[in-house]
Order: sequence, then C-alpha cells, then structure tokens
Amino acid sequence: MALMVMAMKSLRNTRKSLHKMGRAVAAASLTLSAGMAMAAGTLPDRWQLNMHPGVTETARNAYHIHMLMLWICVVIGIIVFGAMAYAMFKFRKSKGAVAAQFSHNTVAELIWTIIPIVILIVCAWPATKILVHTADTSNPELTIKVTGYQWKWRYEYVDYQGKATGINFMSKLDGDSDRTRQLKSGLDPHAVKVGEEQTYLLNVDKPLVLPTNAKVRFVITADDVIHAWWVPALGWKVDAIPGIINDAWTLIEQPGTYRGQCAELCGQDHGFMPIVVEAKPKAEFEQWLAGQQAANAAQNAPAAAQAPVAAPQG
Amino acid sequence: MATHAADAHHDDHDHKPQGFWDRWVFTTNHKDIGTLYLVFAFIMFCIGGAMSGVIRAELAQPGLQFVQPYFFNQMTTVHALVMIFGGVMPAFVGLANWMVPLMIGAPDMALPRMNNWSFWIMPFAFTVLLLTLFLPGGAPAGGWTLYPPLSLQGGSSVAFAIFAIHMMGISSIMGAINIIATILNMRAPGMDLLRMPLFVWTWLITAFLLIAVMPVLAGAVTMLLTDKFFGTSFFNAAGGGDPVMFQHIFWFFGHPEVYIMILPAFGIVSEIIPTFSRKPLFGYQAMVYATASIAFLSFIVWAHHMFTVGMPLGGELFFMYATMMIAVPTGVKVFNWVSTMWKGSMTFETPMLWAIAFVILFTIGGFSGLMLAMVPADFQYHDTYFVVAHFHYVLVTGALFSIIAAVYFWWPKWTGKMYSEKWGKFHFWWSTFFVNVLFFPQHFLGLAGMPRRIPDYNVAFADWNLVSSIGAFGMLASPIIMFAVLWHSKKHGAPATTQVWEGAHGLEWTVPSPAPHHTFTEPPVIRASMLAHGDVTH
Repeated sequence: MALMVMAMKSLRNTRKSLHKMGRAVAAASLTLSAGMAMAAGTLPDRWQLNMHPGVTETARNAYHIHMLMLWICVVIGIIVFGAMAYAMFKFRKSKGAVAAQFSHNTVAELIWTIIPIVILIVCAWPATKILVHTADTSNPELTIKVTGYQWKWRYEYVDYQGKATGINFMSKLDGDSDRTRQLKSGLDPHAVKVGEEQTYLLNVDKPLVLPTNAKVRFVITADDVIHAWWVPALGWKVDAIPGIINDAWTLIEQPGTYRGQCAELCGQDHGFMPIVVEAKPKAEFEQWLAGQQAANAAQNAPAAAQAPVAAPQG
Repeated sequence: MATHAADAHHDDHDHKPQGFWDRWVFTTNHKDIGTLYLVFAFIMFCIGGAMSGVIRAELAQPGLQFVQPYFFNQMTTVHALVMIFGGVMPAFVGLANWMVPLMIGAPDMALPRMNNWSFWIMPFAFTVLLLTLFLPGGAPAGGWTLYPPLSLQGGSSVAFAIFAIHMMGISSIMGAINIIATILNMRAPGMDLLRMPLFVWTWLITAFLLIAVMPVLAGAVTMLLTDKFFGTSFFNAAGGGDPVMFQHIFWFFGHPEVYIMILPAFGIVSEIIPTFSRKPLFGYQAMVYATASIAFLSFIVWAHHMFTVGMPLGGELFFMYATMMIAVPTGVKVFNWVSTMWKGSMTFETPMLWAIAFVILFTIGGFSGLMLAMVPADFQYHDTYFVVAHFHYVLVTGALFSIIAAVYFWWPKWTGKMYSEKWGKFHFWWSTFFVNVLFFPQHFLGLAGMPRRIPDYNVAFADWNLVSSIGAFGMLASPIIMFAVLWHSKKHGAPATTQVWEGAHGLEWTVPSPAPHHTFTEPPVIRASMLAHGDVTH
C-alpha cells in the first residue's frame, strides 16, 4: 500500500519534484564536468550521468517520463533489495537461523501482483497523453524533408508558411573531424573545436537552420539503407527508411546549436554522419532563408547576376 | 591416488564406450552430449568475449586506434551471433541435457540419436559463421539483427551466415523437440507435471517457444537470401517490398528469443535459492504460471524493438501496454525468490552468490527494460548505449550468471569433485565487480546521447567509455579464472557426497556423485520430500 501511495504522490508532484530533481542531477553532472558549463544543452557533458531536459516540449516530456520511471524503479529497488539484504544478514545459518517451511502466502502474492498493475497504470496514463500529443504533426509553419544517405543528410526546405522555398542542400561531417577520425591519424580528437566547444564527430559542413518558436514538420526518408535522425535536445528520433516516409515535428524554444547523430546502423561510416541544428529567432531565420534563396537564384541565373531576382520573402 | 581408484571403480559399473571416437562423436548419452554442449558453449563464450575485447579496446579512447570501422561492425555483429546462438543457447541446452533426465527420473533423452545430431550440427554451423571473417569482404557487418537493406550490402558472407543460421535453427528445433518429448513422456511415475522441478518447467516452456519462433527466423533469413541472390523484393522498396516488414518478422522471432535465453535462467535460480536457503521454493505454482504468462506475452510485444520505425499511434500504444504487462509476472518471480530467502537458513556457497547476484542484477536489467517500454522516453533511449547496458544486464548478469551458477551448483554431481570455495568465490567477486564497471556506465553514455554500434565518439563520452573498457578487460579474465577453478577441482578436488549440498532436494541428488553413465534405468519412487519445492498439494 505504501508503495502505491508513494507512486501516486510521486506522479502528482512529477512536474515539480522532477524539475527540481533534474536540476539537481544536471547541477551534479555540471560540477563533475570542470569547465564545461558553456557546453550544457548543446554538447554532451564529460561524465554526464543523466538525460538532459532538452529545448522542446517533447524533450521535456521524454525527460519527465524518464525521471518518473527512474524514481519508481529506485523506490521498488530499495524495497526489494532492502528486503534481500535484510534476509541475507538476518536469516543466516551461521547466526543460528532455523528455516521456516512455509511455501506460499496467497494474500502477499495477490498484493504484489495487484500493486505493480496499479503502478503501471499510473505510468501508462501520462505516457499515453504525451504520445497522442507527439503524434500530431498537423499545421506546421515549416516543412523539412530529410533524406539519409550513406553517410550524409539532405535537407529540403519544402515549404515555409505555405510557400515553396527551393532550398535544398547536403550536410556531412566537417573536415577537421573527418581528418582526425582516420585510423591512426595521429591527430588529437580533443583539438577539434568550434570556438570553445569540442565538437569532434558532432559538427557538419552545413547545419540545418530552423526558426525558434515555430512548429516544424519533418518528413523523413532514406535513399539507400535505413538511418535514424536524432538530435537529443529535440527529444525524439525517427528512422529514415528507403521507400517509406515518416513524419515528426518539433518546436524549438531557445536559439542555439543542437547536435546529434545517425542512430541506426547504416554501414562503415555510421558513426560519422552527425546532425547539427542551428535554431535562430524567426527574423534571423527569414533573413538566412532569403540569403539562401538569393544565392540559389544567383547560381541558377549567372547572366542576371548583376540584377539578382528578388527572393520571395516569407 | 585414492580418487583415481574411485574413478576406475565407477567406470567399471558405467559401461562407457572406451574410445574417444565412440565415446564423444557417436555418443547418444544425455550426459556426454550435455558435456559436449557445455564445452562448446564455453569455447564460444571465449571467442565472443575476445571479439568484445576488440570492441572495447577500440572504444577505450576517442579516435580510431586499432581497427577500421567496417571491421568494428563485423566484430559487433559476429560477437552478438556467437554469444546468443553459440554461447547462451547451447549452454542452456547442455544443462537441459544433463539435468532434465536426472530431475524427472528418466534414463536418457527420449530421442538420443537426434540428440547427437542436434549437437554435432553446431560446430559446423559456427565454423561456417566464423570462417566468414576470412572471406573477401569479411564477415556480416550489418548487426546481428540483419536489417535489410544494409545486411544485403555484404558480400558472399550473407549466404554463409544465413546457411549457418539455418543450421543452428535446425539444431535448436531438434533440441526443443527432444526436450518436450522427454519431459512429456519419460517422467518417472509420481513425477506429475506440477511436481516437476522449476528448471524442467522453464525448459518445457522454452522448448515450445523455440519450436514456435525458430522457423520464423528461418523464413526471414531465407527471404533475405532470395532478395540478395535470386532477385526477389520481399524487403526491397524499389521492387514493391517493405524493409520494415523484415523487422516485424525478425522481432516476432526475436522477442520470444529473448525469453528463450532467460526462462531457463529463472529455472536454475529457482533450484539454487531454495537449496541454500534450506527452505521450499516460495509460490511454486505462481512461478510456473508466471513463466507461462511471460512466454505468452513474449509473442505480443515484438514491436517494442521498433518504436522509431514510424508505427501508427495505436500500434505504439498497444506494444507499450503489452510490454509493461511483462513487469507483473516478472515481478512475481523476483518477489518469490526474495520470499524463498525470507526466514530461511542461508549459507552462501559459490552457486548461491551467483544466484543472488542474478536476482539483483537481472532486476536492474528489468528496471531499464520497463523504462524502455515507455514510448516517449524510448524515442530518446532507442539505439543508444542505454539499450546496450539494458540487454547486457539481462543477458550477461542474467543469463550468463545463471549458467555459471548452474555449473558450480551441479559440477560436483557431474564430476564427483568439489571445487575450491575460496577460488569459486574469488571468481564470483572478480566477475561481479568488473561486470558492473563494464556495463553500468553504459547507462550514462546512452542517456548522454551516445548511439550504439559506433566505433568512435565525441570526446565528452571518453571518460565513461574508458571506465567501461577497464571493466571489460577485467571481465576477460573471468573465463580463465573459471577454467582454472574447474581444472583444479577435476585434478585435486575433494570427493563429493551424493547429496552434495546440505539443503539439496530433487532426484538428481539421489544418484551417486559423479552421476554414473547410466542412471534411472529403473524408475525411482518419488516422495514429496525429495523435491526442492516441497509438497505442492497444500
């Protein structure tokens, strides 16, 4: 019974206490990672122990469910392993313990069948609500088509606020990381940096630029084998499968650079196809988009280079 | 010298075939075939362990120091195939061969010649599989799950690996048929189904799982074969096929397979804990029904391995709920083991230590399994080191620990020799320490965002990876220590008594140690007090 009450209470206080707990854990891992405070949220920390809450509602939801389950497991673990430890110290033959001969107890067995069922229902409820919410990809402002290749990504900005953009580019591992990652290259992975950040294997030549505070829908597929598109700070991964188009969405709340990797084994360079998302405030994003379109136009019509076609403004 | 004399004495009564060829190659004796399976599994554990040594050496530091990424992928793929199909499964079949007839009072397995064939397929299957490492293009490198289209990019190794998998499948199915036939037909009078030891029960259920799912795997890999070499498009989108269908079929095999590797472990632990608690197993019938429930549920949870393939919402919810339900019967088992220890009179010989570690560490693997069942969180965990940590807790500290526990538990019955408790305990503490150093930090790596199956990583992951690799190198010594303990026992061990352990109950403890070559040629008379779970009628 005590367990059930605890589980209910923990659920009621999930948001509050888990936030606190999360901060405590994050703080602890930060303390451990000397001098890496700058990196929080964009790169993993050294000695990181726990998931980060990320920068989207989806990521925070994943984090909350993760922490809820973690604490339920910790509580059950303490009870079960505590009982075992007590039994091992108390009921030792060397201490003169004489074995009882009972072999079942219907009441106890019913209790420990029913209580776990109740706990599971308590867990399934928020998970279901979150999942229903996560599955809704309707009404995006921006649609990005992601295509996985061995071993790089193509990003197509299909439409932004209802207008086709024509932006479409490849994104692959940056040159510094690529040189360093060769077998016995003799180069130090710690020396691969962008500013202060050690970005070895987590940097690309051209990042995916997204607006903050806008619902972005992804349609995801692959051209050769199965890949998976994953940026931990956004809170989900989805497989990129040849012949199948999957979808997902995100709404990034803070500007920043968020890094991830391919998460489905896709051949020899599976470990070397990172993902970088640069989230910019809407105005900056639109500026960037216009710049890309202008560059495209200039490329497509070199004769008219002197009087570039006005890019459609979103 | 005295022990040698005793051996010779036993031999006289045993009517063992004398030549090596007759004794081991043409054998139809369940004990000898059990020994063959166990020796084979030990060799495979060493080979698979050596491969994990390559993996952890490369992962000890960021940057590529030792192997090319493609060879790294071959190592992860073949490591898994060798450990699952060559290590864990044959070890359990070996234990079943040795112990099931002894536990139910049968003179041998029901189908002794088929038993011989089941075993002797295995060395050929694994020779074929391991030789792919020396083919041009190397061994399979698409992961043990063989997901197309990637797995089809391999060269001729695809055909060899699939042939090897077919052979292993035939072996497993024949082994399972044999175990079912033995248990259903050859129990001694009075050994009713609900009086059978838990190890026999869990193996009976496991054998049905094997028969149900090995043909599914065979079908899936045959479709891969025809896609690769005969122009079909089962899994090729360009030809109207569906790569995701392979995953559904594979995991319809794969999830029951997971339980094939853990149900016999439950049985072993359910024999050992009552023995050293000197108390009947708590909730015997609940244990049987829980095992059956887990087996049933294993058929309806497969897609929890594929939450990120883009299933419809309804599918994700169904597989999440079904997966969470597994926690209930599994919880019942854990609570029953703890209750068996409760108010017992416990001693902590080596098998008991391994069994207790199994309960704790397997439960930790179960906890992470429950976390993985939650779809919103799984979108983060999936295909990261969190998953790697999870299944190694379940398979190494779960399945493998139970196998080691079983070897120490029944070794004196097999050989007639006690092992050194001091060195057995040393083996236990060494392995338990290093296995946790090896796998626990992998939870942290996964939560921090490190994908699985990568040969190199960002420098932020370096610290925990180094810790994990140190644990791995410690663990590599574990089979060597075990071999030394058992070798020493065989050469210099004190003679074992018939009952071996003070709290031991069950028919296997009524035959002399070592168990004679032929046992129960006359059916024994079964009394309730002989059984580990006591009289289940009240």
